Amino acid sequence: MAYSEKVMDHFSNPRNVGEIENADGIGEVGNSRCGDIMKMYIKVDDNIITDCKFKTFGCGAAIATSSMATELIKGKTIDEALKLTNKAVMEALDGLPPVKVHCSVLAEQAIKAALADYYKKLGIDPEPIVGKIQEECEGGACCNG
Amino acid sequence: MRKIYADNAATTALSPMVLKEMMPYLTTVYGNPSSLYKIGSDAREAVDKAREKVASLIGAKNSNEIYFTSGGSESDNWAIKGLCRALKKRGKNHIITSKFEHHAVLHTCKALEREGFEVTYVDVYENGIVKPEDIKNAIKDNTALVTIMYANNEIGTIQPIKEIGEICRENKIIFHTDAVQAIGNVPINVEEQNIDMLSMSAHKFHGPKGCGALYIRKGVRPDIFIDGGAQERGRRAGTENVAGIVGLAKALDLAVSTMEERTKKLTKMRDRLIDGLLKIERSRINGDRLHRLPGNVNMCFEGIEGESLLLRLDLNGISASSGSACTSGSLDPSHVLLSIGLPHEIAHGSMRLSFSDDTTEEDIDYILEKVPEIVTYLRNMSPLWEKIKKEERNN
Repeated sequence: MAYSEKVMDHFSNPRNVGEIENADGIGEVGNSRCGDIMKMYIKVDDNIITDCKFKTFGCGAAIATSSMATELIKGKTIDEALKLTNKAVMEALDGLPPVKVHCSVLAEQAIKAALADYYKKLGIDPEPIVGKIQEECEGGACCNG
Repeated sequence: MRKIYADNAATTALSPMVLKEMMPYLTTVYGNPSSLYKIGSDAREAVDKAREKVASLIGAKNSNEIYFTSGGSESDNWAIKGLCRALKKRGKNHIITSKFEHHAVLHTCKALEREGFEVTYVDVYENGIVKPEDIKNAIKDNTALVTIMYANNEIGTIQPIKEIGEICRENKIIFHTDAVQAIGNVPINVEEQNIDMLSMSAHKFHGPKGCGALYIRKGVRPDIFIDGGAQERGRRAGTENVAGIVGLAKALDLAVSTMEERTKKLTKMRDRLIDGLLKIERSRINGDRLHRLPGNVNMCFEGIEGESLLLRLDLNGISASSGSACTSGSLDPSHVLLSIGLPHEIAHGSMRLSFSDDTTEEDIDYILEKVPEIVTYLRNMSPLWEKIKKEERNN
């Protein structure tokens, strides 16, 4: 298993690490048993994601996908952020080893969870807009133990 | 940047002295040991000498109890499958092993389960050491084989091999040990320790990759595993890896002759490193502190994940292993760490460092400087660590 240079770059120098005080939306997905937790913070101004930060417990790919996902939605409209897919995160990182694809799914879900929290705070039911958030991992090999 | 190789449990650097010994058999003495002419018989002589050397280094009575193989995995497969299949014909279809064997043993046992064998996996407890009485209690009338590793590959814990061997002897059961990590690092004597079969691999003690050996006590008859020519007294076919065999014998000779001094040096370094790293809050050493290989350190740091720790170590010039899920291509944490009772979330944050004679006190200083920095960095970005600290404050 080898990581691309882009993955190593985002792992070595992750962008947007940290928390946002008074964030407009906070999303957390994954669990410690499986070895990955991602927490995303977003600041929204006039429908634009003006800031996005993350904290991640996980492997190199988990950190790199979190970092790339924040980069991909920063400065974008909410609608654009809602369209972010795990595939887009993977492509932006020049690919991931097959066993690490679930990290990009988690990154997409973390962004969606933060957006769902933003709608909830506004008193809007997020599910019709954001869809169902998969807060836990997919129940793969990691959860069988 | 400083470069430190701290993954000697994975493989070791080939010793220049070993390479020198091997060179003629990679160049001028290329004959097939089964051939009658001079370069053939010269190669044969080298293989015979290596066999005698290996036999004497492990206390075997006779050099024809040593069989050369392609490495540790083949030796384990042959010993276990070969012996069990042979004894099944006599109605013996039960195997005893432990929960934290190397996959070369565990997956071999799983394969035999599919063939109808029953396998008992004994516990290894929090200290990572098998209790001989558990072996005794697991023995049944149809037990064919007990296979227990000499020292664990991840946490380095050394097993009570002599006692287990005694129990097997008393009960007339064949005893195999995977000594791949132990040999060259701890004194081994197959006679004194009641070992019937023993696996080794040259590249774990500064020999070449692709060469191993299996000790098979006279009278123990595992089925033939590789059919073909008459090599290895007709029990393991295939033209001998002459250079590899010569290298294995030389490397083992060097490892055994320098063992005492090296053990003193590495034990001191290991203990200093463990004491230093235990100063990191919420860290733990995995496996018994005393009954462990002199060059093995295996620790967990709560709130971080092992792969990101080892990638950051690599960015700082330190080659280490996490023993975690991510390196093996599976998402489960190490079966070894789970077997000693660690919860998944802690087992994910493991780090194994394994040293050799090349390791220096300065290397240890550098590791002691870098690991706490990296752990702090990763914890600062970890939502799990945030939770752990919050729970601490609430209690």
